[in-house]
Amino acid sequence: MKIVILGCGRVGAALATMMDRAGHDVSVIDYSSDSFQRLSPDFSGETYVGNGVDEEVLIRAGIKEADAFAAVTNGDNRNIMASQIAREIFKVKKVVCRIYDPLREEIYQELGLETICPTKVGARLIFEAIERK
Amino acid sequence: MYIIIGGGGDVGYYLTKGLLNHGHEVLLLEKNATRFSALNEELGQAVVRGDACEARTMEEVGASRADVVIAVTGEDEDNLVICQVAKKRFKVGRTIARVNNPKHAEIFQKLGIDITVSPTKSILSLIEAELPTFRFIQLMTLKNAGLEIVELRVPAESPVAGKALREIHLPRSGNLVLIIRNKQNITPTADTQILPNDDVFALVNREGEEELRRVFGTIE
Repeated sequence: MKIVILGCGRVGAALATMMDRAGHDVSVIDYSSDSFQRLSPDFSGETYVGNGVDEEVLIRAGIKEADAFAAVTNGDNRNIMASQIAREIFKVKKVVCRIYDPLREEIYQELGLETICPTKVGARLIFEAIERK
Repeated sequence: MYIIIGGGGDVGYYLTKGLLNHGHEVLLLEKNATRFSALNEELGQAVVRGDACEARTMEEVGASRADVVIAVTGEDEDNLVICQVAKKRFKVGRTIARVNNPKHAEIFQKLGIDITVSPTKSILSLIEAELPTFRFIQLMTLKNAGLEIVELRVPAESPVAGKALREIHLPRSGNLVLIIRNKQNITPTADTQILPNDDVFALVNREGEEELRRVFGTIE
């Protein structure tokens, strides 16, 4: 599978490394080249410096051939916009969008985006850990 | 009308003032505390501190009764989200977004924003209109019809200068609608002659504009 990942923070870098090790063709985009230091030294995918809501950057990273796209930058709105570009403009089949704000996540889930809200997931896991004692 | 504006930069500030002067009920949202205080001095209760991207904030300021929501922050992704949330969550009838990157205008329209305003593009075309180039200047886009109204001053070296319209092969997809010559309006007919320095106005689609450019011998 060809996968484009937007954002090379902790999650983006870990995801890119995992996907790469699983044998997928991975491209990672981040606006800062320093972020790519987070990738594992044996990472064999491609890295691109640029703004992820810029179509040209996405095209350079191979979005036209991508089977999947994941938006995991710090910015909810950036992830939302990039995911919609991937889905509506480039017709990428699998698009996953991280949204920290639970309310915003709810709205975009209703709009048909596949969303993951780490805030809700994290809170629930911690809640369950404490309840279990 | 009740109008909510997201983003209290210069554009948001002057827009709020202008719309208040026109007698509208206007509410400006600004998330930055320092900027909010400055705006608050000037605008009083018309400005509220809050993030227009947050559905909760929008609910508090009564977004569901807003007639128009305008997003004019400096970030395109924020403007997109403000308008989409207004539309989907609060059923706001009309959403207007500022696009800072002119390339985003088309994407915003595809994603359901009613109107996009691109200051970069507007400034560019205003400046182009003042420059003596042989280009068609885009005056207006009729989005739903996929048409543009363009203007050209006919250069002296144009191959069509001195010819009547019947002698010129105009593209079918491009209609000349008006010629202005020495401040006179001329409605073009087959007999109308094109002269150097005529201001020609045409209604074209994208292909039509290119053909028209070839016919008039204009350079990019």
